[in-house]
Amino acid sequence: MSANTKRTVQFKIYRYDPDKDNAPYMQDITVELEQSDKKLLDALVRLKVKDDSLAFRRSCREGVCGSDAMNVNGKNRLACLTDVDELPQPIVLRPLPGLPVVRDLIVDMTQFFKQYHSIKPYLINNDPPPERERLQSPEEREELNGLYECILCACCSTSCPSFWWNPDKFVGPAGLLAAYRFIADTRDQATNERLDNLEDPYRLFRCHTIMNCVDVCPKGLNPTKAIGKIKEMMVRRAV
Amino acid sequence: MTIPVHKYDVVIVGAGGAGLRAALQVSEAGLKTAVLSKVFPTRSHTVAAQGGVAASLGNVTEDNWHWHMYDTVKGSDWLGDQDAIEFMVKKANEVVVELEHFGMPFDRLDSGKIYQRPFGGHSQNYGEKPVNRSCAAADRTGHAMLHAMYQRNVKANTQFFVEWMALDLIRDEDGDVLGVTAMEMETGEVHIFHAKATIFATGGAGRIYYSSTNAFINTGDGVGMAARAGIPLEDMEFWQFHPTGVAGAGVLITEGVRGEGGILRNASGERFMERYAPNLKDLASRDVVSRSMVTEINEGRGCGPDKDHVLLDITHLSPETIMKRLPGIREISIQFAGVDPIKAPIPVVPTCHYQMGGIPTNYKGQVIVPKGDEKSVPVGGFYAAGECACASVHGANRLGTNSLLDLLVFGKSSGESVVEDLKGNPRAHKPLPANAADVSLARIARLDNQKNGESVHEVRLAMQRTMQKHAGVFRFNDLLKAGVEEIKKVAERAKTTEIKDKSKVWNTARTEALELDNLIEVAKATMISAEARKESRGAHVRDDALDTAETPAGRDDKNWLKHTLWYSEGNRLDYKPVNLQPMSADVESIALAKRTY
Ligand SMILES: Cc1cc2nc3c(=O)[nH]c(=O)nc-3n(C[C@H](O)[C@H](O)[C@H](O)COP(=O)(O)OP(=O)(O)OC[C@H]3O[C@@H](n4cnc5c(N)ncnc54)[C@H](O)[C@@H]3O)c2cc1C
Ligand code: SF4
Ligand code: SF4
Ligand code: FES
Repeated sequence: MSANTKRTVQFKIYRYDPDKDNAPYMQDITVELEQSDKKLLDALVRLKVKDDSLAFRRSCREGVCGSDAMNVNGKNRLACLTDVDELPQPIVLRPLPGLPVVRDLIVDMTQFFKQYHSIKPYLINNDPPPERERLQSPEEREELNGLYECILCACCSTSCPSFWWNPDKFVGPAGLLAAYRFIADTRDQATNERLDNLEDPYRLFRCHTIMNCVDVCPKGLNPTKAIGKIKEMMVRRAV
Repeated sequence: MTIPVHKYDVVIVGAGGAGLRAALQVSEAGLKTAVLSKVFPTRSHTVAAQGGVAASLGNVTEDNWHWHMYDTVKGSDWLGDQDAIEFMVKKANEVVVELEHFGMPFDRLDSGKIYQRPFGGHSQNYGEKPVNRSCAAADRTGHAMLHAMYQRNVKANTQFFVEWMALDLIRDEDGDVLGVTAMEMETGEVHIFHAKATIFATGGAGRIYYSSTNAFINTGDGVGMAARAGIPLEDMEFWQFHPTGVAGAGVLITEGVRGEGGILRNASGERFMERYAPNLKDLASRDVVSRSMVTEINEGRGCGPDKDHVLLDITHLSPETIMKRLPGIREISIQFAGVDPIKAPIPVVPTCHYQMGGIPTNYKGQVIVPKGDEKSVPVGGFYAAGECACASVHGANRLGTNSLLDLLVFGKSSGESVVEDLKGNPRAHKPLPANAADVSLARIARLDNQKNGESVHEVRLAMQRTMQKHAGVFRFNDLLKAGVEEIKKVAERAKTTEIKDKSKVWNTARTEALELDNLIEVAKATMISAEARKESRGAHVRDDALDTAETPAGRDDKNWLKHTLWYSEGNRLDYKPVNLQPMSADVESIALAKRTY
């Protein structure tokens, strides 16, 4: 198996260090991988041994922290969940599209988190908390599956054309998924308030069901479906 | 050069489970609080916790805190302090229910209550049979918990400094802690955070070992900063090797897999844990299971072409159970082991996982050090909680699910102590020493100017290989002795690391070099404390500690029932007694006994 031998991999990587570069450029670089290097992140760590100035975020290396989202051969992915041997070479790496680049593969995520925060991403329940846990049936809890697992990697929102054009006005797939996560929670009491918050030509309705978000989510989540459900609720509420 | 100074009532370093829980407590009390984190809060390593959080809710099987306390003391091999353990297990239901109220999406039982599963070392009726004590959200408990707590902090308007790396602790002449220096990663600028109270919640340092379940960012920064500032580190010889890391990759497979019925098998397919732990079998305590696995491998019964791992088998579970209770594990297994556990067993090996030792604290989260004749005097203004701290509830071996509980209980209690201590003593900020930032600036200047040094990667690798070889699952007198010399040499090399990247902006080479300084402190503390402890206890097992009537399984209570304290300066060791006395009259001290499962 090719994964078990030493092999050389070719990269084309977006580089930009505002401290020394006037403009971004694409760097051609090859690296020899060790047997144990299976994921794209392993390859980047190996590359960094060769050139310690390559900047990227990473932490868990197992697809749960959401740090290492980047654009790989034109598609947004997590480096740690991408098999390096499956990628056509040269492997073209760019920062996530649509957000300002801070350096190399690191983008400024402020706008992304601002949108997430704008949907009030916390449980709202104004009853005095009971002594023990609030009850929820397994079926009610199941409604949260496919929603709560989001790791805020931003693969989805930064592949969404509507978010590119209106990052300040359109909540984007990640934020809308989170909004529906709370609407769907039987313990949450703020459904109306949450719908009001999204009743706006931009915040929700800029989604044109292009489905890029579903296509790229590394956790297999479906923001479009969640968005559809919110739209349905708006319609139902209106009649 | 003038250094920008930020004044806060409270500075919390770390936004994982412990930091976020502490932050809630102090923010909601109205104190002006800054929370610093190297990564966006939900990227902290608590996010990776899988199996669950312990609480004797008794939702599935009868349970109570007395049994939980017994299991924890026994799991700790009696090195845990019984006052802190009593405090933790008694608070468990409260903090877990609170988390549910914050919105955590726990799995549910038909009754609508929180789902609970069995976990290693947790038992009913003082060791009789497994108990369902682990409260879980599928196998993503840490993720669900961290997000719920971050969300609650958003509601509480907590002020975060995201992607700021704390560099050094600031202490004045009295030894009081006045805050930290920190670097804004985006600009490379060093600032001072001047505070009346400083809480460390910086997590573990599993990256001192070559093979680890820990994230890249788990570099023991808080522990290193404390050590450099003269605070001793407690019980650093005790590291937990988790039985089931994916062979080759290190990524964790939760014990919850065995809680759901998973079985460990050797090359002949035998369920070998039956021989080592007849009662709890695959759910014995982690140190016991890890050693049994290594024994199987060493005696030639390992699996695979190199006979270097064993297999974790869940093929007898229904695909529905696996998809419902262990979906994340299936994903990890496919991604990192290349097998679908519905169809084939997962190759696993014991992998470094958890740091039992850390910054010494009491159950209130106050950092305590010896002073004069007294062994436990609080350091003014300094608190710690979570994996970086040693309360000590885990002693020589932590039980699974007790760490997430530790984060909640001691995160909260450290926050409460800060609120209490600042209320009782509304002093103004103590003045900063004139040289408050000098140490940090010198470390950065050294990196800017270093020539002809080794790369950070090389030195870090040397450290990791040394730790793996000399202070692993089984420890040997001669290897430990050599290890002490080796690690001191590596520590010397770390003083002259060179980075090529000199940029101010998001310089990750520099971050890694600064992290290495912290890892090195942790590695030295581990090796030196381990070499000195001439007995076997919990996760620390050495070849020359013999199994006799007086020292069952090599545990020597007469000479070694005590906590280690290691000081960075001169690698000095000191010891302090274990607190065998519980906090209240509700329970008697759990008497010393031989540990069998
Ligand atoms: C894979 C895995 C699975 C686990 N599963 C379980 C489980 O099921 N149950 C259980 O009880 N335990 C489990 N554990 C253990 C438990 O998850 C950890 O012990 C716990 O999450 C540590 O939490 P913490 O808040 O102390 O630290 P962390 O969550 O690691 O957070 C540390 C924080 O400190 C910050 N930080 C660190 N250094 C600096 C610095 N210099 N400057 C600024 N910020 C800094 C980081 O950014 C981060 O925010 C597991 C551990 C692992 C590795
Ligand atoms: S479906 Fe909506 S949110 Fe998703 S990419 Fe398309 S426009 Fe964006
Ligand atoms: S929905 Fe998926 S792609 Fe979008 S932020 Fe969450 S995990 Fe990432
Ligand atoms: S490094 Fe955490 S998601 Fe990839």
